[in-house]
Amino acid sequence: VNKVWAIASVVIKELFRRKDFYVLFIITMVVSVLMAGVNIFNEPRVARYVKELCLLLIWVSSLVIAITTAARQLPFEREQRTLFPLLAKPVRRSRVLIGKFLGCWLACGGTLVCFYLFFGVLSMTREGTWPVLNYFQALMLHWFMLGIVTALTILGSILFSAPSSNITICFAIVAAILFLGRHLNKIALQLGEPLQAIVYGIYYLIPHLELFDVRDLIIHNWPLISWPVWAGALVYGACFTALFVWLGCVRFKKMVIH
Amino acid sequence: MKTALITLLLIVCCFAAGTIAEPRLAATPLYKRHEGKPIEVLLGDSRRLFANQAFAKADAYFHSGMYPTIFDTRAPGKSSHLGAASGASQKDEHHEAGFLGEPKDIIDRFSRSFFPSEHKHLDEHSAADCDDPSHHHEKEGEHEHESEKAEGSSQISEILPWLQLTAELDPNKVENYVVGSYWLRNRLGKVKEAEEFLRLGLRNNPKSYEILFELGRIYQENHHDLDRARNLLQAALTRWQEQNNDVKERDNFLLSQIAWHLSITEAESGHWPEAIGAMQIVKSVSPNPAAVDARLAELRQGVIPNPETAAHTR
Repeated sequence: VNKVWAIASVVIKELFRRKDFYVLFIITMVVSVLMAGVNIFNEPRVARYVKELCLLLIWVSSLVIAITTAARQLPFEREQRTLFPLLAKPVRRSRVLIGKFLGCWLACGGTLVCFYLFFGVLSMTREGTWPVLNYFQALMLHWFMLGIVTALTILGSILFSAPSSNITICFAIVAAILFLGRHLNKIALQLGEPLQAIVYGIYYLIPHLELFDVRDLIIHNWPLISWPVWAGALVYGACFTALFVWLGCVRFKKMVIH
Repeated sequence: MKTALITLLLIVCCFAAGTIAEPRLAATPLYKRHEGKPIEVLLGDSRRLFANQAFAKADAYFHSGMYPTIFDTRAPGKSSHLGAASGASQKDEHHEAGFLGEPKDIIDRFSRSFFPSEHKHLDEHSAADCDDPSHHHEKEGEHEHESEKAEGSSQISEILPWLQLTAELDPNKVENYVVGSYWLRNRLGKVKEAEEFLRLGLRNNPKSYEILFELGRIYQENHHDLDRARNLLQAALTRWQEQNNDVKERDNFLLSQIAWHLSITEAESGHWPEAIGAMQIVKSVSPNPAAVDARLAELRQGVIPNPETAAHTR
Protein backbone atom coordinates (compact mmCIF):
# COMPACT_ATOMS: atom_id res chain seq x y z
CA VAL A 1 0.00 0.00 0.00
CA ASN A 2 2.87 2.37 0.84
CA LYS A 3 4.40 1.83 -2.59
CA VAL A 4 1.07 2.46 -4.31
CA TRP A 5 0.57 5.60 -2.22
CA ALA A 6 4.11 6.81 -3.01
CA ILE A 7 3.45 6.52 -6.76
CA ALA A 8 0.02 8.15 -6.38
CA SER A 9 1.39 11.09 -4.41
CA VAL A 10 3.88 11.83 -7.19
CA VAL A 11 1.00 11.97 -9.70
CA ILE A 12 -1.01 14.29 -7.44
CA LYS A 13 1.96 16.63 -6.97
CA GLU A 14 2.55 16.62 -10.73
CA LEU A 15 -1.04 17.65 -11.48
CA PHE A 16 -0.91 20.55 -9.04
CA ARG A 17 2.46 21.67 -10.44
CA ARG A 18 1.01 21.81 -13.96
CA LYS A 19 -1.04 24.80 -15.10
CA ASP A 20 -3.97 22.85 -16.67
CA PHE A 21 -6.15 22.91 -13.60
CA TYR A 22 -5.51 26.56 -12.74
CA VAL A 23 -6.23 27.71 -16.30
CA LEU A 24 -9.49 25.73 -16.49
CA PHE A 25 -10.54 26.86 -13.02
CA ILE A 26 -9.95 30.52 -13.84
CA ILE A 27 -11.78 30.22 -17.18
CA THR A 28 -14.75 28.59 -15.38
CA MET A 29 -14.79 31.36 -12.77
CA VAL A 30 -14.45 34.24 -15.24
CA VAL A 31 -17.11 32.93 -17.67
CA SER A 32 -19.57 32.07 -14.86
CA VAL A 33 -19.14 35.44 -13.11
CA LEU A 34 -19.47 37.33 -16.42
CA MET A 35 -22.65 35.43 -17.31
CA ALA A 36 -24.04 36.04 -13.83
CA GLY A 37 -23.67 39.77 -14.47
CA VAL A 38 -25.94 39.77 -17.54
CA ASN A 39 -29.09 41.82 -17.03
CA ILE A 40 -32.15 39.60 -17.57
CA PHE A 41 -35.15 41.93 -17.75
CA ASN A 42 -34.02 43.67 -14.51
CA GLU A 43 -34.64 40.39 -12.65
CA PRO A 44 -31.83 39.71 -10.16
CA ARG A 45 -33.19 36.35 -8.90
CA VAL A 46 -32.51 34.41 -12.09
CA ALA A 47 -29.96 31.71 -11.20
CA ARG A 48 -30.50 28.48 -13.06
CA TYR A 49 -28.89 29.50 -16.36
CA VAL A 50 -25.73 30.48 -14.46
CA LYS A 51 -25.79 27.16 -12.59
CA GLU A 52 -26.23 25.26 -15.84
CA LEU A 53 -23.35 27.06 -17.53
CA CYS A 54 -21.08 26.70 -14.50
CA LEU A 55 -21.81 22.97 -14.16
CA LEU A 56 -21.24 22.45 -17.89
CA LEU A 57 -17.83 24.13 -17.61
CA ILE A 58 -17.02 22.04 -14.54
CA TRP A 59 -17.91 18.82 -16.37
CA VAL A 60 -15.89 19.73 -19.46
CA SER A 61 -12.92 20.88 -17.36
CA SER A 62 -12.97 17.77 -15.18
CA LEU A 63 -13.09 15.47 -18.20
CA VAL A 64 -10.20 17.35 -19.82
CA ILE A 65 -8.14 17.12 -16.61
CA ALA A 66 -8.96 13.43 -16.02
CA ILE A 67 -8.32 12.21 -19.57
CA THR A 68 -5.22 14.27 -20.34
CA THR A 69 -3.63 13.51 -16.95
CA ALA A 70 -4.30 9.78 -17.13
CA ALA A 71 -3.32 9.48 -20.80
CA ARG A 72 0.15 10.90 -20.35
CA GLN A 73 1.21 8.96 -17.23
CA LEU A 74 2.78 5.81 -18.71
CA PRO A 75 3.85 7.19 -22.14
CA PHE A 76 5.54 10.15 -20.41
CA GLU A 77 7.39 7.84 -18.00
CA ARG A 78 8.49 5.73 -20.97
CA GLU A 79 9.64 8.74 -23.00
CA GLN A 80 11.58 10.18 -20.08
CA ARG A 81 13.08 6.74 -19.38
CA THR A 82 11.97 6.99 -15.73
CA LEU A 83 9.74 3.92 -16.08
CA PHE A 84 12.74 1.53 -16.20
CA PRO A 85 14.28 2.50 -12.84
CA LEU A 86 10.77 2.44 -11.37
CA LEU A 87 10.12 -1.10 -12.62
CA ALA A 88 13.61 -2.16 -11.56
CA LYS A 89 12.62 -1.50 -7.95
CA PRO A 90 10.88 -4.23 -5.96
CA VAL A 91 7.44 -3.08 -6.96
CA ARG A 92 4.93 -5.04 -9.01
CA ARG A 93 3.79 -3.68 -12.33
CA SER A 94 0.16 -3.89 -11.19
CA ARG A 95 1.01 -1.69 -8.18
CA VAL A 96 2.62 0.88 -10.47
CA LEU A 97 -0.53 0.97 -12.54
CA ILE A 98 -2.84 1.12 -9.50
CA GLY A 99 -0.67 3.89 -8.06
CA LYS A 100 -0.94 5.85 -11.30
CA PHE A 101 -4.71 5.37 -11.38
CA LEU A 102 -5.15 6.27 -7.72
CA GLY A 103 -3.01 9.41 -8.14
CA CYS A 104 -5.04 10.60 -11.13
CA TRP A 105 -8.35 9.82 -9.46
CA LEU A 106 -7.48 11.52 -6.17
CA ALA A 107 -6.12 14.54 -8.03
CA CYS A 108 -9.40 14.73 -9.96
CA GLY A 109 -11.24 14.56 -6.63
CA GLY A 110 -9.17 17.49 -5.32
CA THR A 111 -9.95 19.61 -8.37
CA LEU A 112 -13.65 18.68 -8.13
CA VAL A 113 -13.80 19.90 -4.53
CA CYS A 114 -12.43 23.30 -5.68
CA PHE A 115 -14.86 23.46 -8.59
CA TYR A 116 -17.90 22.50 -6.48
CA LEU A 117 -16.94 24.94 -3.74
CA PHE A 118 -16.92 27.73 -6.31
CA PHE A 119 -20.21 26.46 -7.73
CA GLY A 120 -21.77 26.38 -4.26
CA VAL A 121 -20.67 29.94 -3.50
CA LEU A 122 -21.93 31.17 -6.89
CA SER A 123 -25.32 29.46 -6.40
CA MET A 124 -25.64 30.81 -2.89
CA THR A 125 -25.07 34.39 -4.02
CA ARG A 126 -27.92 34.00 -6.55
CA GLU A 127 -30.39 31.74 -4.75
CA GLY A 128 -29.47 32.24 -1.11
CA THR A 129 -29.49 28.51 -0.37
CA TRP A 130 -26.70 26.01 0.27
CA PRO A 131 -28.01 22.45 -0.26
CA VAL A 132 -24.84 20.72 0.95
CA LEU A 133 -26.20 17.16 0.73
CA ASN A 134 -27.34 17.61 -2.87
CA TYR A 135 -23.92 18.97 -3.80
CA PHE A 136 -22.24 16.12 -1.92
CA GLN A 137 -24.27 13.53 -3.86
CA ALA A 138 -23.52 15.25 -7.17
CA LEU A 139 -19.79 15.59 -6.36
CA MET A 140 -19.42 11.94 -5.35
CA LEU A 141 -21.26 10.70 -8.42
CA HIS A 142 -19.12 12.98 -10.59
CA TRP A 143 -15.95 11.72 -8.91
CA PHE A 144 -16.88 8.05 -9.37
CA MET A 145 -17.68 8.76 -13.03
CA LEU A 146 -14.19 10.27 -13.37
CA GLY A 147 -12.86 7.06 -11.78
CA ILE A 148 -14.29 5.03 -14.68
CA VAL A 149 -12.95 7.52 -17.23
CA THR A 150 -9.50 7.59 -15.61
CA ALA A 151 -9.29 3.78 -15.49
CA LEU A 152 -10.44 3.57 -19.11
CA THR A 153 -7.84 6.13 -20.20
CA ILE A 154 -5.03 4.35 -18.34
CA LEU A 155 -6.09 1.09 -20.03
CA GLY A 156 -6.04 3.00 -23.35
CA SER A 157 -2.53 4.32 -22.65
CA ILE A 158 -1.35 0.69 -22.51
CA LEU A 159 -3.25 -0.36 -25.64
CA PHE A 160 -2.50 2.62 -27.88
CA SER A 161 0.99 3.74 -28.73
CA ALA A 162 0.46 7.53 -28.87
CA PRO A 163 -1.19 9.57 -26.08
CA SER A 164 -2.90 11.79 -28.68
CA SER A 165 -4.83 8.88 -30.21
CA ASN A 166 -5.72 7.60 -26.75
CA ILE A 167 -7.03 11.04 -25.70
CA THR A 168 -9.10 11.40 -28.88
CA ILE A 169 -10.59 7.90 -28.59
CA CYS A 170 -11.38 8.34 -24.89
CA PHE A 171 -13.07 11.69 -25.49
CA ALA A 172 -15.12 10.19 -28.33
CA ILE A 173 -16.20 7.20 -26.22
CA VAL A 174 -17.09 9.35 -23.20
CA ALA A 175 -19.01 11.89 -25.31
CA ALA A 176 -20.89 9.11 -27.13
CA ILE A 177 -21.91 7.43 -23.86
CA LEU A 178 -22.94 10.72 -22.26
CA PHE A 179 -25.07 11.75 -25.25
CA LEU A 180 -26.44 8.38 -26.40
CA GLY A 181 -26.06 5.96 -23.48
CA ARG A 182 -29.47 6.70 -21.98
CA HIS A 183 -31.23 6.34 -25.35
CA LEU A 184 -29.49 3.28 -26.78
CA ASN A 185 -32.33 0.99 -25.62
CA LYS A 186 -34.92 3.15 -27.40
CA ILE A 187 -32.84 3.06 -30.57
CA ALA A 188 -32.48 -0.73 -30.24
CA LEU A 189 -36.24 -1.23 -29.91
CA GLN A 190 -36.79 0.50 -33.25
CA LEU A 191 -34.40 -1.88 -35.04
CA GLY A 192 -35.06 -5.34 -36.41
CA GLU A 193 -33.23 -8.51 -35.36
CA PRO A 194 -30.30 -9.24 -35.16
CA LEU A 195 -29.36 -5.52 -34.92
CA GLN A 196 -31.70 -5.07 -31.98
CA ALA A 197 -29.96 -7.78 -29.96
CA ILE A 198 -26.52 -6.35 -30.82
CA VAL A 199 -27.43 -2.76 -29.88
CA TYR A 200 -29.22 -3.90 -26.71
CA GLY A 201 -26.15 -5.98 -25.86
CA ILE A 202 -23.95 -2.89 -26.24
CA TYR A 203 -26.44 -0.99 -24.04
CA TYR A 204 -25.93 -3.47 -21.21
CA LEU A 205 -22.16 -3.71 -21.73
CA ILE A 206 -21.17 -0.05 -21.73
CA PRO A 207 -20.52 1.86 -18.51
CA HIS A 208 -23.51 4.20 -18.23
CA LEU A 209 -21.63 7.39 -17.43
CA GLU A 210 -24.79 9.43 -17.89
CA LEU A 211 -26.13 7.88 -14.66
CA PHE A 212 -23.62 10.01 -12.79
CA ASP A 213 -24.69 13.21 -14.52
CA VAL A 214 -27.18 14.72 -12.09
CA ARG A 215 -26.72 18.30 -13.27
CA ASP A 216 -30.41 18.72 -14.10
CA LEU A 217 -31.38 17.72 -10.57
CA ILE A 218 -28.99 20.30 -9.13
CA ILE A 219 -29.92 23.06 -11.59
CA HIS A 220 -33.67 22.69 -11.05
CA ASN A 221 -33.42 22.17 -7.26
CA TRP A 222 -34.86 18.65 -7.21
CA PRO A 223 -34.86 16.80 -3.89
CA LEU A 224 -32.10 14.42 -2.82
CA ILE A 225 -31.61 11.13 -4.63
CA SER A 226 -32.61 8.19 -2.43
CA TRP A 227 -29.44 7.18 -0.55
CA PRO A 228 -29.61 3.43 -1.39
CA VAL A 229 -30.05 4.28 -5.10
CA TRP A 230 -27.17 6.75 -4.89
CA ALA A 231 -24.97 4.13 -3.17
CA GLY A 232 -25.98 1.64 -5.86
CA ALA A 233 -24.71 4.00 -8.54
CA LEU A 234 -21.38 4.33 -6.70
CA VAL A 235 -21.05 0.54 -6.51
CA TYR A 236 -21.89 0.32 -10.23
CA GLY A 237 -19.15 2.89 -10.95
CA ALA A 238 -16.66 1.13 -8.67
CA CYS A 239 -17.27 -2.18 -10.48
CA PHE A 240 -16.49 -0.71 -13.89
CA THR A 241 -13.45 1.12 -12.50
CA ALA A 242 -12.15 -2.13 -10.98
CA LEU A 243 -12.75 -3.95 -14.28
CA PHE A 244 -10.76 -1.41 -16.32
CA VAL A 245 -7.94 -1.23 -13.76
CA TRP A 246 -7.75 -5.04 -13.65
CA LEU A 247 -7.68 -5.28 -17.47
CA GLY A 248 -4.95 -2.64 -17.46
CA CYS A 249 -2.92 -4.58 -14.89
CA VAL A 250 -3.25 -7.83 -16.90
CA ARG A 251 -2.16 -6.10 -20.11
CA PHE A 252 0.64 -4.15 -18.41
CA LYS A 253 2.08 -7.31 -16.84
CA LYS A 254 2.42 -8.95 -20.25
CA MET A 255 3.65 -5.81 -21.98
CA VAL A 256 7.18 -5.77 -23.35
CA ILE A 257 8.68 -2.38 -22.57
CA HIS A 258 11.56 -1.07 -24.69
CA MET B 1 20.74 45.81 -35.52
CA LYS B 2 19.79 44.22 -38.84
CA THR B 3 17.01 42.17 -37.19
CA ALA B 4 15.63 45.25 -35.45
CA LEU B 5 15.59 47.23 -38.70
CA ILE B 6 13.79 44.43 -40.57
CA THR B 7 11.22 44.20 -37.75
CA LEU B 8 10.71 47.98 -37.86
CA LEU B 9 10.35 47.91 -41.65
CA LEU B 10 7.72 45.16 -41.43
CA ILE B 11 5.78 47.11 -38.76
CA VAL B 12 5.82 50.22 -40.99
CA CYS B 13 4.63 48.13 -43.95
CA CYS B 14 1.79 46.66 -41.88
CA PHE B 15 0.77 50.12 -40.66
CA ALA B 16 0.82 51.53 -44.22
CA ALA B 17 -1.20 48.58 -45.56
CA GLY B 18 -3.70 49.08 -42.74
CA THR B 19 -4.18 52.80 -43.46
CA ILE B 20 -4.69 52.06 -47.17
CA ALA B 21 -7.03 49.09 -46.77
CA GLU B 22 -9.17 50.16 -43.79
CA PRO B 23 -11.10 53.10 -45.40
CA ARG B 24 -11.84 51.00 -48.47
CA LEU B 25 -13.04 48.00 -46.48
CA ALA B 26 -15.04 50.01 -43.95
CA ALA B 27 -18.03 50.39 -46.29
CA THR B 28 -18.18 46.75 -47.35
CA PRO B 29 -20.96 44.51 -45.89
CA LEU B 30 -18.36 42.01 -44.69
CA TYR B 31 -16.63 44.65 -42.60
CA LYS B 32 -19.90 46.13 -41.31
CA ARG B 33 -20.94 42.72 -40.05
CA HIS B 34 -18.34 43.07 -37.32
CA GLU B 35 -20.13 46.07 -35.88
CA GLY B 36 -23.10 43.89 -34.87
CA LYS B 37 -23.71 42.05 -31.62
CA PRO B 38 -21.10 39.41 -30.70
CA ILE B 39 -23.57 36.58 -31.32
CA GLU B 40 -24.31 37.96 -34.83
CA VAL B 41 -20.61 38.33 -35.62
CA LEU B 42 -19.82 34.82 -34.38
CA LEU B 43 -22.70 32.89 -35.92
CA GLY B 44 -24.08 35.12 -38.68
CA ASP B 45 -27.48 34.05 -39.99
CA SER B 46 -26.82 30.48 -38.87
CA ARG B 47 -27.72 31.63 -35.35
CA ARG B 48 -31.38 31.21 -36.34
CA LEU B 49 -30.81 27.45 -36.39
CA PHE B 50 -30.18 27.55 -32.65
CA ALA B 51 -33.16 29.75 -31.81
CA ASN B 52 -35.58 26.83 -31.59
CA GLN B 53 -33.15 25.06 -29.26
CA ALA B 54 -33.03 28.08 -26.96
CA PHE B 55 -36.83 28.37 -27.02
CA ALA B 56 -37.17 24.65 -26.24
CA LYS B 57 -34.74 25.18 -23.37
CA ALA B 58 -37.11 27.78 -21.89
CA ASP B 59 -39.87 25.17 -22.15
CA ALA B 60 -37.59 22.60 -20.48
CA TYR B 61 -36.91 25.05 -17.64
CA PHE B 62 -40.67 25.58 -17.30
CA HIS B 63 -40.91 21.81 -16.72
CA SER B 64 -38.01 21.88 -14.20
CA GLY B 65 -35.74 20.00 -16.57
CA MET B 66 -38.13 17.21 -17.48
CA TYR B 67 -38.36 17.44 -21.24
CA PRO B 68 -38.52 14.91 -24.07
CA THR B 69 -35.53 14.39 -26.33
CA ILE B 70 -35.62 13.38 -29.98
CA PHE B 71 -35.33 9.76 -28.84
CA ASP B 72 -38.50 9.83 -26.72
CA THR B 73 -41.96 8.72 -27.78
CA ARG B 74 -43.24 12.26 -27.81
CA ALA B 75 -40.43 14.34 -29.23
CA PRO B 76 -40.71 18.13 -28.79
CA GLY B 77 -43.48 19.28 -31.08
CA LYS B 78 -44.12 22.48 -32.97
CA SER B 79 -46.06 24.18 -30.20
CA SER B 80 -44.42 24.54 -26.81
CA HIS B 81 -46.32 24.11 -23.57
CA LEU B 82 -44.88 27.46 -22.60
CA GLY B 83 -46.64 29.01 -25.59
CA ALA B 84 -49.91 27.22 -24.85
CA ALA B 85 -49.82 28.33 -21.21
CA SER B 86 -49.28 31.93 -22.28
CA GLY B 87 -52.10 31.80 -24.83
CA ALA B 88 -49.72 32.36 -27.77
CA SER B 89 -50.95 29.11 -29.27
CA GLN B 90 -53.86 26.75 -28.76
CA LYS B 91 -53.49 24.16 -26.05
CA ASP B 92 -52.25 20.78 -27.22
CA GLU B 93 -53.95 18.24 -24.97
CA HIS B 94 -51.03 15.84 -24.95
CA HIS B 95 -50.18 13.91 -21.82
CA GLU B 96 -46.80 15.42 -21.12
CA ALA B 97 -45.98 13.22 -18.16
CA GLY B 98 -46.22 10.08 -20.26
CA PHE B 99 -43.44 10.57 -22.75
CA LEU B 100 -41.04 8.42 -20.74
CA GLY B 101 -43.48 5.50 -20.62
CA GLU B 102 -42.90 2.45 -18.49
CA PRO B 103 -39.22 1.59 -17.75
CA LYS B 104 -37.94 -0.62 -20.56
CA ASP B 105 -35.27 -2.44 -18.57
CA ILE B 106 -33.46 -2.45 -15.24
CA ILE B 107 -30.97 0.27 -16.25
CA ASP B 108 -33.81 2.47 -17.50
CA ARG B 109 -35.68 1.99 -14.22
CA PHE B 110 -32.54 2.69 -12.16
CA SER B 111 -31.49 5.73 -14.22
CA ARG B 112 -34.77 7.56 -13.61
CA SER B 113 -33.54 8.55 -10.16
CA PHE B 114 -30.73 10.55 -11.74
CA PHE B 115 -32.61 12.94 -13.99
CA PRO B 116 -35.90 14.83 -13.67
CA SER B 117 -38.50 12.16 -14.39
CA GLU B 118 -41.54 13.62 -12.67
CA HIS B 119 -43.80 16.09 -14.42
CA LYS B 120 -44.10 19.47 -12.76
CA HIS B 121 -44.14 23.11 -13.73
CA LEU B 122 -42.03 25.90 -12.30
CA ASP B 123 -45.05 27.68 -10.89
CA GLU B 124 -46.68 24.68 -9.24
CA HIS B 125 -45.87 21.82 -6.90
CA SER B 126 -45.36 18.33 -8.19
CA ALA B 127 -48.08 15.71 -8.09
CA ALA B 128 -46.09 13.84 -5.44
CA ASP B 129 -45.92 16.96 -3.28
CA CYS B 130 -49.67 17.42 -3.57
CA ASP B 131 -50.43 13.80 -2.69
CA ASP B 132 -48.07 13.77 0.24
CA PRO B 133 -50.12 14.34 3.43
CA SER B 134 -47.06 15.55 5.31
CA HIS B 135 -46.70 18.28 2.70
CA HIS B 136 -50.16 19.60 3.61
CA HIS B 137 -49.40 19.18 7.27
CA GLU B 138 -46.20 21.17 7.01
CA LYS B 139 -47.67 23.89 4.85
CA GLU B 140 -50.74 24.68 6.86
CA GLY B 141 -52.23 28.12 6.81
CA GLU B 142 -53.33 30.50 4.10
CA HIS B 143 -50.34 32.77 4.57
CA GLU B 144 -47.86 30.00 3.80
CA HIS B 145 -49.92 28.94 0.79
CA GLU B 146 -49.76 32.49 -0.54
CA SER B 147 -45.99 32.63 -0.03
CA GLU B 148 -45.66 29.36 -1.97
CA LYS B 149 -47.62 30.88 -4.83
CA ALA B 150 -45.40 33.96 -4.80
CA GLU B 151 -42.32 31.74 -4.81
CA GLY B 152 -43.72 29.82 -7.78
CA SER B 153 -44.24 33.05 -9.68
CA SER B 154 -40.73 34.26 -8.91
CA GLN B 155 -39.33 30.94 -10.16
CA ILE B 156 -40.95 31.60 -13.52
CA SER B 157 -38.22 34.19 -14.08
CA GLU B 158 -35.84 31.25 -14.67
CA ILE B 159 -37.18 30.90 -18.22
CA LEU B 160 -36.38 34.52 -19.10
CA PRO B 161 -32.68 34.15 -20.05
CA TRP B 162 -33.63 31.62 -22.73
CA LEU B 163 -36.35 33.86 -24.14
CA GLN B 164 -33.86 36.74 -24.25
CA LEU B 165 -31.33 34.51 -25.98
CA THR B 166 -33.96 33.32 -28.47
CA ALA B 167 -34.67 36.96 -29.38
CA GLU B 168 -30.94 37.48 -29.98
CA LEU B 169 -30.67 34.35 -32.08
CA ASP B 170 -33.81 34.82 -34.15
CA PRO B 171 -35.28 38.34 -34.01
CA ASN B 172 -38.11 37.21 -36.33
CA LYS B 173 -39.49 34.51 -34.02
CA VAL B 174 -42.74 36.28 -33.12
CA GLU B 175 -43.99 33.60 -30.67
CA ASN B 176 -40.99 34.31 -28.46
CA TYR B 177 -41.97 37.96 -27.89
CA VAL B 178 -45.59 37.04 -27.17
CA VAL B 179 -44.63 34.30 -24.72
CA GLY B 180 -42.02 36.50 -23.03
CA SER B 181 -44.48 39.36 -22.70
CA TYR B 182 -47.12 37.07 -21.15
CA TRP B 183 -44.81 35.77 -18.42
CA LEU B 184 -43.26 39.17 -17.73
CA ARG B 185 -46.58 40.98 -17.52
CA ASN B 186 -49.00 38.45 -16.08
CA ARG B 187 -46.80 36.39 -13.79
CA LEU B 188 -43.94 38.66 -12.79
CA GLY B 189 -45.74 42.01 -12.90
CA LYS B 190 -43.01 43.52 -15.09
CA VAL B 191 -45.22 45.56 -17.43
CA LYS B 192 -42.46 47.98 -18.46
CA GLU B 193 -40.09 45.16 -19.41
CA ALA B 194 -42.89 43.33 -21.25
CA GLU B 195 -43.68 46.44 -23.28
CA GLU B 196 -39.99 47.00 -24.10
CA PHE B 197 -39.66 43.38 -25.21
CA LEU B 198 -42.72 43.67 -27.43
CA ARG B 199 -41.48 46.94 -28.92
CA LEU B 200 -38.19 45.24 -29.74
CA GLY B 201 -40.22 42.50 -31.43
CA LEU B 202 -42.28 45.05 -33.33
CA ARG B 203 -39.15 46.79 -34.60
CA ASN B 204 -37.92 43.44 -35.93
CA ASN B 205 -41.37 42.33 -37.16
CA PRO B 206 -43.34 45.45 -38.05
CA LYS B 207 -46.17 43.46 -39.69
CA SER B 208 -46.82 41.11 -36.78
CA TYR B 209 -50.46 41.24 -35.68
CA GLU B 210 -49.62 39.00 -32.70
CA ILE B 211 -47.22 41.58 -31.23
CA LEU B 212 -49.58 44.48 -31.98
CA PHE B 213 -52.35 42.57 -30.18
CA GLU B 214 -50.18 41.97 -27.10
CA LEU B 215 -49.17 45.64 -27.04
CA GLY B 216 -52.84 46.55 -27.30
CA ARG B 217 -53.61 44.35 -24.29
CA ILE B 218 -50.89 46.09 -22.26
CA TYR B 219 -52.42 49.50 -23.02
CA GLN B 220 -55.93 48.16 -22.32
CA GLU B 221 -55.35 46.08 -19.20
CA ASN B 222 -52.32 47.68 -17.56
CA HIS B 223 -52.06 51.32 -18.70
CA HIS B 224 -55.87 51.71 -19.13
CA ASP B 225 -55.08 53.96 -22.11
CA LEU B 226 -58.13 53.07 -24.20
CA ASP B 227 -57.30 55.30 -27.19
CA ARG B 228 -53.88 53.75 -27.72
CA ALA B 229 -55.24 50.28 -27.00
CA ARG B 230 -57.92 50.74 -29.67
CA ASN B 231 -55.38 52.01 -32.22
CA LEU B 232 -53.10 49.03 -31.58
CA LEU B 233 -55.93 46.48 -31.68
CA GLN B 234 -57.31 47.99 -34.88
CA ALA B 235 -53.81 47.87 -36.38
CA ALA B 236 -53.58 44.20 -35.29
CA LEU B 237 -56.94 43.48 -36.94
CA THR B 238 -55.86 45.18 -40.17
CA ARG B 239 -52.58 43.23 -40.22
CA TRP B 240 -54.47 40.00 -39.53
CA GLN B 241 -56.79 40.66 -42.46
CA GLU B 242 -53.85 41.50 -44.76
CA GLN B 243 -52.07 38.27 -43.91
CA ASN B 244 -54.96 35.82 -43.44
CA ASN B 245 -57.58 36.68 -46.03
CA ASP B 246 -55.92 34.70 -48.82
CA VAL B 247 -54.62 31.74 -46.84
CA LYS B 248 -56.20 28.30 -46.39
CA GLU B 249 -55.59 27.86 -42.66
CA ARG B 250 -56.52 31.15 -41.07
CA ASP B 251 -55.43 32.04 -37.57
CA ASN B 252 -59.01 32.29 -36.29
CA PHE B 253 -57.95 31.72 -32.68
CA LEU B 254 -56.04 34.99 -32.61
CA LEU B 255 -58.68 36.81 -34.67
CA SER B 256 -61.28 36.01 -32.01
CA GLN B 257 -58.92 37.29 -29.31
CA ILE B 258 -58.13 40.53 -31.16
CA ALA B 259 -61.81 41.19 -31.93
CA TRP B 260 -62.87 40.34 -28.36
CA HIS B 261 -60.41 42.79 -26.82
CA LEU B 262 -61.28 45.42 -29.42
CA SER B 263 -64.94 45.00 -28.59
CA ILE B 264 -64.30 45.43 -24.85
CA THR B 265 -62.10 48.49 -25.48
CA GLU B 266 -64.74 50.09 -27.69
CA ALA B 267 -67.43 49.33 -25.10
CA GLU B 268 -65.33 50.84 -22.30
CA SER B 269 -64.87 53.96 -24.45
CA GLY B 270 -68.63 54.18 -24.98
CA HIS B 271 -68.44 53.33 -28.70
CA TRP B 272 -71.24 50.75 -28.65
CA PRO B 273 -71.81 50.27 -32.42
CA GLU B 274 -68.06 49.61 -32.93
CA ALA B 275 -68.08 47.24 -29.95
CA ILE B 276 -71.01 45.29 -31.45
CA GLY B 277 -69.23 45.22 -34.85
CA ALA B 278 -66.10 43.73 -33.29
CA MET B 279 -68.17 41.17 -31.35
CA GLN B 280 -69.81 40.13 -34.64
CA ILE B 281 -66.31 39.22 -35.87
CA VAL B 282 -65.83 37.07 -32.76
CA LYS B 283 -69.13 35.33 -33.52
CA SER B 284 -68.10 34.62 -37.12
CA VAL B 285 -65.11 32.52 -36.01
CA SER B 286 -66.29 31.23 -32.64
CA PRO B 287 -66.93 27.49 -32.19
CA ASN B 288 -69.62 28.52 -29.68
CA PRO B 289 -71.71 31.28 -31.38
CA ALA B 290 -74.50 31.00 -28.79
CA ALA B 291 -72.11 32.22 -26.07
CA VAL B 292 -71.15 35.18 -28.26
CA ASP B 293 -74.84 35.96 -28.88
CA ALA B 294 -75.26 36.35 -25.13
CA ARG B 295 -72.35 38.86 -25.10
CA LEU B 296 -73.88 40.69 -28.07
CA ALA B 297 -77.15 41.00 -26.19
CA GLU B 298 -75.26 42.49 -23.24
CA LEU B 299 -73.58 45.03 -25.51
CA ARG B 300 -76.91 46.03 -27.04
CA GLN B 301 -78.19 46.70 -23.50
CA GLY B 302 -75.12 48.84 -22.80
CA VAL B 303 -73.43 46.29 -20.53
CA ILE B 304 -69.72 45.61 -20.88
CA PRO B 305 -69.15 41.81 -21.07
CA ASN B 306 -67.19 40.21 -18.30
CA PRO B 307 -63.66 39.48 -19.65
CA GLU B 308 -63.76 36.10 -17.89
CA THR B 309 -66.46 34.93 -20.28
CA ALA B 310 -64.03 35.29 -23.21
CA ALA B 311 -62.87 31.69 -22.83
CA HIS B 312 -66.40 30.38 -23.54
CA THR B 313 -66.38 31.98 -26.97
CA ARG B 314 -63.22 30.24 -28.23
